[in-house]
Amino acid sequence: MSELGAMRDQWYPVAMTKQLTAQGRDTLLMGAPIRVFADDGGTPKVTDGAGRALPVIDRFGHVWTSLGQPEKDLFTIPEVDQPGRRLVDVGVCRVRCSPLRAVENFLDIAHFPFVHTDILGSEPHTEVERYEVEIRDDVDEVWATKVKFFQPQAAKSAEGGITTDYMYRVCAPTCSVLYKTCPPKPEEWDVIALFVQPLTETLCDVWPYMALYDDDAEMTDLIHFQQMIFVQDRSVLENQLPALLPLDPGREIPTRADMTSIAYRRWLKRHGFTYGAQLVAA
Amino acid sequence: MILYDYILSPSCYRVRLLAALIGRRLDLRAVDVHPGQEHLSEPMLALNPAGTIPVLSDDGLVLTESTAILSYLAARHAPDWLGEDTPAMRARVAQWLAFSQRLTDSAGAARAHDMLLAPGDIDALRGQATKALRELEAALSAARRRGESFLAGNRPTIADIACFPHVALAPDGGLPLDPYPSIRLWMRAIRALDGFVEMPGIHRLHELKPEPGPMPEVIRKEQA
Repeated sequence: MSELGAMRDQWYPVAMTKQLTAQGRDTLLMGAPIRVFADDGGTPKVTDGAGRALPVIDRFGHVWTSLGQPEKDLFTIPEVDQPGRRLVDVGVCRVRCSPLRAVENFLDIAHFPFVHTDILGSEPHTEVERYEVEIRDDVDEVWATKVKFFQPQAAKSAEGGITTDYMYRVCAPTCSVLYKTCPPKPEEWDVIALFVQPLTETLCDVWPYMALYDDDAEMTDLIHFQQMIFVQDRSVLENQLPALLPLDPGREIPTRADMTSIAYRRWLKRHGFTYGAQLVAA
Repeated sequence: MILYDYILSPSCYRVRLLAALIGRRLDLRAVDVHPGQEHLSEPMLALNPAGTIPVLSDDGLVLTESTAILSYLAARHAPDWLGEDTPAMRARVAQWLAFSQRLTDSAGAARAHDMLLAPGDIDALRGQATKALRELEAALSAARRRGESFLAGNRPTIADIACFPHVALAPDGGLPLDPYPSIRLWMRAIRALDGFVEMPGIHRLHELKPEPGPMPEVIRKEQA
C-alpha cells in the first residue's frame, strides 16, 4: 500500500449519512474495497475488505473514514454550526478523473464565463483580478482570499448580476471549502464545500455540501442549483489531460489566475499527497 | 402547464428544450430525484404510478411519457414540429420517437450508471447504445446525402428533440461521439436553432455568439 503515501492516513468522505442502510454501500477507497453501513443502533460503521473496522467520523452530513491512522481530527467548518443556516446534502456524482483534479477545478474561477455561462460568469466579464494566496502553516491549509468576480446569478438567492467575493480553503488533500458573498445576508458568507472520495487515481465520487443563508428557496432548488453547476464541470473534468495531476512544472504555463492551483499543487507535493498525481513534468 | 422536472434528466430536458424552441413557458416543479428519491414518494406515485419523470399536467390532462408530452406541446402550439407533411414523414417521426426509447434504455442508463451510481450491466448498456448510435449515424449520413439535415426531413421535428438529449449526453456514460461525424453535424444544427437552451453536460455554441465587445467600462469611457 506504499503508493498511497501520506494520503493513507487522511480522512475521506465515503457516504451520505442520511442514505446509510444496514445493508450498506460497497465502494472503494484508493483502490481498497470498503463497506459503509449502519449498525443496529443506526451508528455508521466502515469495514475494509478483510472485515476489519476502520475509523469513522460522522460530520457535515457525511461519513468519513481512513485506511490508516489519522494523526489529526477531521477539519472543522465552524460556520456550519451557526443558527439559521440551511445544510444541504447535494448527493453523489461520479467523475472519471483524478480526485485531485476535481478539487483543483473547484478552486478555479477563470472558467466560470465559459462553463457556467450566464450563471457564475459571462462574457465579456472574464478578467480574474489579482487575489492573495498563502499556505497557512499554523493550520496547514491553502487559503486564497480577496477573490472577486462578476456573476450574473451567483446563487439561487441572487437577483441579477453582482460582483461576488470569494475565499477558498483547501483543508484536506481531497476537500475544499469556499466562502462567497451571501446575497440575502451580506455580513455573512455562504459556505460551499466539495468533498471528494478517491475511488482510484482516475475515478472519484464527489459529494458537494452547502451551509447557506436562504430562507426562501425550496431545498430541492438549492440541491439542483449545485448539481447543475457541478455537472457542467463534469464533462470538462473527464477530458482533462494528462489524467493525473502534474505536480512538477513542465509544458503547462500557469497564469496569474492560477495562483490557487499552484499553491495547492505545492502543498500536495510538500506533504507527499501524490495519489492521483504525477511527479513527471507534463 | 406544470412540468415535474429534474435538471439532470435528459427526458425532462426534451420537454424544456421543445418548449423553449416554440416559445412556450412551463411552470417547472423541481422533483428531488437524486439524492431524495422524491419521484418514488406517495404524492408523485399518485400522479404517475410508473414513478418516472417528467410528468406534464395541463388542464386536467396528465402525461407521463416524454414523447407523448412532445406530441402534445407541438400539436397544441406548433403543429409544424409534428412533421406531418406526408405519410412518409409522419411515419419517420413515429419511427424515431420509438427509437428514442432505445437511447433512453441504453445510453441513458449508461449515463445514470456512470454518473449517479444507478445499477446496471455497464458493458451491455454501452454495447446496446453503440448499436443505436451506429444506426443513427447511418441514417443521418444518408439524410445528408439526400440534402436533409434532420431525422424526418429538412426541418427539425419532435423526433429530433426526442433523440438529441441522450445522444448529446452519451459521453457522460463513457460513449465518446468522435466516431460519428454525421451525428455531430446534426447536433450542431440543433444547437444552432433559435431559442435553443442547454442543460448541464450540453454546452451552448459559444462559437456562434457574436464576438464579445469591449468591456462595459471601456464603452462608458468612450462615450464620455
